[in-house]
Amino acid sequence: MTFLAAVGRTFLAFLTAIGRLSIFTAYAVMHCVRPPFYGRLFVRQMIDIGYYSLPVVGLTALFTGMVLALQSYSSFARFNAEDAVATVVVLSMTRELGPVLGGLMVAGRIGASMAAEIGTMRVTEQIDALTTLSTNPFKYLVVPRLVAGLTMLPVLVLVADVVGVFGGFLIGVYKLDFNPSRYLASTWQFLEVVDVVSGLVKAAAFGFLIALMGCYHGYFSRGGAQGVGAATTNAVVSASILILSANYLITEFFVSGG
Amino acid sequence: MAGTAKIALSGVRKAFGSKVVLDGIDLEVEAGESLVVIGGSGTGKSVMLKSVLGLLAPDSGSIRIDGQETVRVSGSGRVAMMKRFGMLFQGAALFDSLPVWENVAFGLIQGLRVPRERARDIAIEKLAAVGLDEAVASLSPAELSGGMQKRVALARAIAADPEIIFFDEPTTGLDPIMGDVINDLIVDCTRQLGATTLSITHDMASARKIADRIAMIYHGRIIWSGPADRIDDSGNDYVDQFVHGRAEGPIRMAVRDS
Repeated sequence: MTFLAAVGRTFLAFLTAIGRLSIFTAYAVMHCVRPPFYGRLFVRQMIDIGYYSLPVVGLTALFTGMVLALQSYSSFARFNAEDAVATVVVLSMTRELGPVLGGLMVAGRIGASMAAEIGTMRVTEQIDALTTLSTNPFKYLVVPRLVAGLTMLPVLVLVADVVGVFGGFLIGVYKLDFNPSRYLASTWQFLEVVDVVSGLVKAAAFGFLIALMGCYHGYFSRGGAQGVGAATTNAVVSASILILSANYLITEFFVSGG
Repeated sequence: MAGTAKIALSGVRKAFGSKVVLDGIDLEVEAGESLVVIGGSGTGKSVMLKSVLGLLAPDSGSIRIDGQETVRVSGSGRVAMMKRFGMLFQGAALFDSLPVWENVAFGLIQGLRVPRERARDIAIEKLAAVGLDEAVASLSPAELSGGMQKRVALARAIAADPEIIFFDEPTTGLDPIMGDVINDLIVDCTRQLGATTLSITHDMASARKIADRIAMIYHGRIIWSGPADRIDDSGNDYVDQFVHGRAEGPIRMAVRDS
């Protein structure tokens, strides 16, 4: 019986969390379109998410592009298909690795800091203080982060695409002795708009999920330093899992629809 | 008389899960009066205060401000109500991302839409009222001592000239002298504004100093209330035990909180 009780309790806790998250999301989205808006905070979040994530995302993309070129060359050499290297690099970067790896890196950087900041504000009663000062915490804290996540991740991923292709180009030209202009030509040859667009759609979705998880776990954190620590961990883990599962769903949509 | 009181609670109940925290609170605060609610840890003081503020929704009962029901008021009605409130939080709850003056002016800028320049002047005026000079205004809250943070928080609570001010353990964590300074400031500031105040504390020195009337809460009920100068001959064993801080008596302290 105790076993069944434990299963039941876990299941109920799971349903509670789903319900709470749904209400939180609905509330947050609703406040995104209702004034007042805090432009100053929005700009600060955009800079924090967009500009300060550039080094992390850029380095990730650079090395990923380089590895892709090396790996695909050594594999394709087995059946004399070395010419496909440039195409493999650009398609992998734009469709999958740019958004997914960029998203995961940003989840670690931004999701964690959002959860820690909002969580600390929760346990030190700063969120209650906002309410008593006639300021809606959703509008002041959650909305700027969600909108900044949604808009800045596509920009970051676009940069990651370019840097990744450049990484592949470096290896292709200087290590694998491709002709530079031929490498670039075959990069463009099979690239379609939908490849880039699908990656950017993914990025926007991931940005929203990262900010949502950071805000949600921070907002409901409790119990002092330990609670904030747990909120931070949960924000990063849940954002990462949601990114990977949402990635499948969006890929499915583009593959079957496009 | 019912209906004329500034704040009137009747039959307010609140439970978290199976734990009943407020078990039918009846309490009235007259306009211009300073009521202090005393009681031990975990007796429901904070929950009561947060219910009046609207940060928590009671399960049943009514809370009226100027005869107007406030339970289940939300959205713009709630915001309008908050503009009449000031609140001093136990841990000061200053926004650590903003300088001192912006903390004080926060409710003016965000809630009341006062222009920044004008709000800054008011903030500096209010800081002077709590004995802080202009040099403090541009510091960050983290650079201040606990007593100075409490002063800033007090300045923030009175910045918008509220009708009703709430104090949550105003002297907790301060040395006795600084505690007395804060008590004096509370008395001065609220007299000047002519505000109605509702405070909770377990510090008897503070209660004696700032209260016109004292009420004692125990197990989620108000068990005694009377003028502040009657606290020593209340004729109530529970009050006597609390006032004199004795371990022996009718009140049994729960070792565990929940």
